[in-house]
Amino acid sequence: MARRETELTRQRLRSAWLFLTPMIVVLLMVAGWPLARTIALSFTDANLADLQARQFVGLLNYEFLMTDPDWWRSVWNTVFFTVVSVSIETVLGLMIALALHEHFKGRGLLRAAILIPWAIPTVVSAQMWRWMFNDVYGVINEIMLFVGLTSEPWAWLADPQLSMAAVIAVDVWKTTPFMALLILAGLQMLPQDCYENARIDGVHPVTTFFRVTLPLLKPALLVAIIFRTLDALRMFDLVYVMQGNKVDTMTMSIYARQQLVDFQDVGYGSAAATLVFMIIAVFTVIYLTAGGVGREEKA
Amino acid sequence: MNGAWRRWVFYALLIILFIYTVFPFYWAINTSLMSGSELFEARPWPPDPAWSNYVSIFREQPFGRQILNSVFVAVSVVLLALSLSVLAAYALGRIQFRGRRLLLFTILGVSMFPQIAVLSGMFELVRSLGLYNNLLSLVLSYMIFTVPFTVWVLTTFMRELPKELEEAAFVDGASPFVIVTQVFLPLMGPALVTTGLLAFIAAWNEFLFALTFTLSSEQRTVPVAIALISGASAFELPWANIMAASVVVTVPLIVLVLIFQRRIVSGLTAGAVKG
Repeated sequence: MARRETELTRQRLRSAWLFLTPMIVVLLMVAGWPLARTIALSFTDANLADLQARQFVGLLNYEFLMTDPDWWRSVWNTVFFTVVSVSIETVLGLMIALALHEHFKGRGLLRAAILIPWAIPTVVSAQMWRWMFNDVYGVINEIMLFVGLTSEPWAWLADPQLSMAAVIAVDVWKTTPFMALLILAGLQMLPQDCYENARIDGVHPVTTFFRVTLPLLKPALLVAIIFRTLDALRMFDLVYVMQGNKVDTMTMSIYARQQLVDFQDVGYGSAAATLVFMIIAVFTVIYLTAGGVGREEKA
Repeated sequence: MNGAWRRWVFYALLIILFIYTVFPFYWAINTSLMSGSELFEARPWPPDPAWSNYVSIFREQPFGRQILNSVFVAVSVVLLALSLSVLAAYALGRIQFRGRRLLLFTILGVSMFPQIAVLSGMFELVRSLGLYNNLLSLVLSYMIFTVPFTVWVLTTFMRELPKELEEAAFVDGASPFVIVTQVFLPLMGPALVTTGLLAFIAAWNEFLFALTFTLSSEQRTVPVAIALISGASAFELPWANIMAASVVVTVPLIVLVLIFQRRIVSGLTAGAVKG
């Protein structure tokens, strides 16, 4: 019997690796290899027109990056975009989740409605809002004029100050539902007896929220925030479609792609891309240690 | 503040929330039905709904072809990602082996990769495989963000299947491959639908790779096509056409999402996929 067991175990182990091989091969091919190549290319002067004709240039690309004000502008833009949009999304998402946690008529309808921004492709959202923000014919200016918020239309997408606000507004609209649903799932898993006790003791609902709900919700909230942060740090499509390569709103990913594709400077663009990767890797490690471990054990 | 009053405020806020989420898409539909100069009057509804914009997007560019491109890419990505993940998820979810945890974390780590970090390496790969300006380059490159997610969610699901089923099959002498395909696969319908749908949406919406690895408008997918619709000049974008195209590619997604909303929410929370 014991021999049969080990034979079975060995068979299972063999098939485990057999089953994993196709997936591992594919991931090495589309993730591991291209990443290694990007890093390797970042030490060369490779050009998009002819990737073969390249020379090793050491850290030259990184030196140039460090002195390029446009790169630093894109880093600042990305950080600003991430911090502001994720903060607004968290607060708004929490409020929406709390509302959806209540019982009221039309709850199902509202829950379905908030999935709509999430379901709309990012490129489509960007175009829809670009049209709504249009300085001459946009409905947002139209409404603001009608209500009397302003006496003349705002140049939402041309004004450097307003364009960042506009981009953040669209991101908030698009991703708050995702945040709200993640938080709602966390809310629904909270133990009910804490609330019973608080209610019996006559604790004010606001106090209950800060003393009971928020601490219990912290793990779920943290996972949602880190996910959104990682997503915001690599932002490309929304900002690119709304604003193109404009310096005012350029993110790190847009900067790297412009160097790589538009300026054909693969070496330099790869250096920028490598830095983006490293910044996000640091956050990912934080995520895996802070949020991932608990989840792994629970699952 | 008394109870009734509070209730009114609550409902008022909910109505504002509803309008906030739904209005932009309403406005897109509204714009897509305008003709001529009505577009520039910001009318709350089309005075004389016209389908001409919908006709012209299919006439002025290969929009039908581009929709088929997107369908081809997204369906291939889903089928490929799911078949790779079902096998991997069985190994990761039900077999104890050394390095399992490390592998799981590496996969989760890959799902965090910024696409820009692999762009130049992937470009080189795509070109050396002769796939530049070919839809297969997208099917290949989309594995990077679909496979980690599908593996992760299906592994979680596999773990929860009853142990007895597997043991019974073992006693009958079934091989692990038979167990996965004949015993577990039929039970995994709901999980496969959810993960498949989320992978489909991610592939359908992808923009950066599609923009970079395709060149001609016959090879474009819909997000790139919609981003690049242009008019006579940068200041005269054909907004009604752009909105018509947007509505065409979004309505099927919204219908799918509304049909499967409960499953999507549970899939999202299981895998915490990127939005």
